[in-house]
Parts: sequence; C-alpha cells; structure tokens
Amino acid sequence: MPTINETVSEEIRAQARKLLEEGTVAAVIGYAAGSLPMTVKPLVVRSPEDCRKLIWNTFCVLNLANYLPATLKSVEPPRGPRDPKPEGPLPKVAICATGCWSRNIVVQIQEHQVARDRVVVMGVGSRGMVSKRKVQALFDGREILAVEEGDHELVIQGADFSETINRWSVVRDNCQTCTHPDPVLVDVRIGEPVSERKNPNPFMQVDALEQKSGDERWAWFTEEFSTCIRCYACRNACPLCYCPTCFVDDAKPQWVGKSLDAVDTGLFHILRAYHCAGRCTDCGTCETVCPKGINMRMLTKKLNKDVLDLYGIEAGMQPDAPLPLTTYTMDDPQKFMVAEPSAVKEGK
Amino acid sequence: MNDQSTNWEPKIIAFLCNWCSYAGADLAGVSRFQYPSNIRIVRVPCSGRVSENMIMSALKSGADGILVSGCHPGDCHYISGNYFARRRFALLSNLLDFIGIEPGRVSFSWVSASEGEQFAEVVQSVTEKVKALGPASRLVKKIDALETALQVA
Repeated sequence: MPTINETVSEEIRAQARKLLEEGTVAAVIGYAAGSLPMTVKPLVVRSPEDCRKLIWNTFCVLNLANYLPATLKSVEPPRGPRDPKPEGPLPKVAICATGCWSRNIVVQIQEHQVARDRVVVMGVGSRGMVSKRKVQALFDGREILAVEEGDHELVIQGADFSETINRWSVVRDNCQTCTHPDPVLVDVRIGEPVSERKNPNPFMQVDALEQKSGDERWAWFTEEFSTCIRCYACRNACPLCYCPTCFVDDAKPQWVGKSLDAVDTGLFHILRAYHCAGRCTDCGTCETVCPKGINMRMLTKKLNKDVLDLYGIEAGMQPDAPLPLTTYTMDDPQKFMVAEPSAVKEGK
Repeated sequence: MNDQSTNWEPKIIAFLCNWCSYAGADLAGVSRFQYPSNIRIVRVPCSGRVSENMIMSALKSGADGILVSGCHPGDCHYISGNYFARRRFALLSNLLDFIGIEPGRVSFSWVSASEGEQFAEVVQSVTEKVKALGPASRLVKKIDALETALQVA
C-alpha cells in the first residue's frame, strides 16, 4: 500500500505530464530528490519526459513561490528592455503549492509580481514538513544515511542503527502551529484536502516571549541573533524579497553596516522582518535555510500577530483585497502615539 | 542609568512633517514657548515619508530618542500619508518593544501647524521620558574600537 506522499508524487507526475503534453503550461515547478538524505531540490520541468524526476515527500521545505516570478520570465519569448510586449497570451507556468506557498502566490499577485492568468496552481494539502535539524538533533553525532518515510513515522537509518521515530514530533514549529495547511488558490487539486489543524494558539511562542520583561527580551534578541553570519540565505529563500536592490546592499545612504557587528546584524534582521509585515505567511523557509539555526521567524510571527490583532488581516488570503500596509481606515488604533498633553489635562 | 554627574543631555532626533509639525515647531518658536533644546529637527515632506530605515539608522548612530510627528489624521497635506504612516508606526513600535527597546525611546505624535504650545508640551514630555531612560545603549553602534585605532594611527 503506497503512502500518502507516494500517491501525491504519482499524481504530481501525472498532472505535470498532462499539463506539459497538452501545452497548457511551458514549465512546472516542483521538487526532485536531493543528493543527501532528508533533502530535496527545487526543479523546473520543461518537457514531459522529465516529469518522472518530480517527487513529493515530507522534506519539501523550500518555498517554491520564490522561483515563480523568474520562471515566468524565463518562459516568455526573449525581448529587449524597450521591445513591446508580444501579442497574444504569454506561456503559463504550473507550480506545486501548499497552504502557505499558495498564500505567497496570492501576495505576489497582489503586488503585481505574478499575473494570475499565467499561473496554474497544483494545490497540495500540507501535512507539515519535517525539520532536518530536529531529526539530526535526535541523532547527535551519528551520521544518518537514509530515511524511509511512512505516513506517521520515519525510519532513520545509519551505518549501524535503524530507529523509528514519530513524524509529527520532528515537524517544523511553523507547520505545527499552521492555521491554513490547505491551499487557498487551487487550479489542479493534488491528493485529498487536509483538514484544519487543531491549534489552541498559533502565536504560542510569541506570547511566551511577550510575557517576559523588556530586559529579558533584549537578552533574547542579542543572544538569538549573535551567531548570524550575514549570508542572507533567509532573504534569498524568501518569496517576498524581490527588490532589485535590497536595503542591505544600499551604499548611499548605507542603512545597515555590512560588518558582523551585533548592531548591524540586529538591524538587518529587524528591518528584514519589518519589510515582510503584512505579507509573511509563516512558511518557515527563512528559518529552515539558516545555516546557524537562528529563530528569525519569531520577528515575522510577531508582526503577523500584530497585523491580525490590529487590522484583522492574514497575509495572502484574498487576491482582490489590498495588502494591510497599502491601505488604511480612519479609525486605526493609535494607542502607541504620545498622548496629547492638552487632552490629558482635560481628562484630569 | 541617568548619569547626573556629567550633566548628560539626551540627543533626540525629531522627524517633523513640513506641513503641520514643522510649522507647529516654528509657531512654538515665534510664540516664544519654552521647550528643551534636546531635539534636532529633520524636516520631511510628510510623516508617510519617514521610513523604518531612517528611524533605525538614527538609533544606530547614537540618538537617545526619536520623535516622529505629522499632521493629525484627516489633516494630511497629501490626503492620506499619515494614515499609511500610522499603520506602519504601530507595527514598528510594537516590534521594537518586542525585541526589548525601551518604550519611550521612539515616540510618535500628531501636532498641527496651529499647535505651537502643544508642540512644546510634546517635546517636553518626550525629553523627560528619554532623560528618565538614560543614554541609549541598545542598537547603538559602538565605534570606540575604530576611534582608538584612528588615534593610534
């Protein structure tokens, strides 16, 4: 009996082949097997024969929406910067998307990075992706040579051991507290829709930190980001970061220094998170790709919480609605403002 | 924290919108309202022009306090600049609080062109708050090592 993910892989291959053979799309964005256990690599398939390389498993942690704008550009007929747009519809691209990635695609549509009519979303319900780091922590110092995946367990094999662990126990934190595992945008449904997870509180970790004193939070912040090496993997893996010149690369004015000084790395992370405010879907890719295991998702999660609390918006849920920071209402909360002294006096 | 012995005075960077708060500051001066001389004013076209980069950059460069002030909601010269700014500042001020920047380090207010007296009061209250907090140390880039190196050279 095939596992759920094996069935999903089969369906992805079949649908991708069909879409390419029909000529509906010019390319399909999915995953191929990685060269190491517990890894996958993003793959853009352009011919029906290559569809056999596509896979789906529990280690699909990179956000595929990140590759969508560039892939769309790559399938357009080549033209110079001043040449007119070719007549007729441009070729389409299909992309495998879970809940959070489909929301990222919605954000890209809202921000005019992607045209809705050029994307075919192959919607896969996410059962939560496994954190490679969590698995490795369980087998400290022992080399993992192969991982076999069942529906609810993982069989971890090394040179001289083979152990079965519970899959959910090593699922990434953001997947465990996910509120929308099923895609919000679906053109081709792959597999069965997954049910909403029972989440007592998606902002548990943020709430716990908020309970602490300011000094403790500052201590957490300096400690957490002290190991950053400024490789910008978090930025590069993020589907929201598409500015041609990032603020960290600006030289005049230079907003953030390029050194490994604690203030420079701190500012980089504050501003990076802030630029994702109202757009981040908590896909967890930034944290997954970080070579130092920095928990930078806490900052974006905090912003997500505030955007939901203050403006009642979750990123990427409605393609027609404006983004929270590109709109306003007359009576937005403004408790954070300095109370007007005269008004305070009158109040007394 | 507050080092009274050296008569420390805070440096506060004030981003004032050209149409309301800057004019309010002007009115305070013309009307001879007294307010602390700790603020350094940066005139900006609109409170919506003040980006988080500017605020963080000021903190990094050693400002002890930041004040951002614009037109009252509904009075923006550009109709809606301050409404957008309000949303952004709400998130930024919460985020800064979350990472442990002392509340009161970065302040936001609305002051109109006719509110000279209110401007003086806002500056007074912001300065008092920053004085109570003492010199900024968080997110301030220390260049002591660099200075020492330069002196040696």
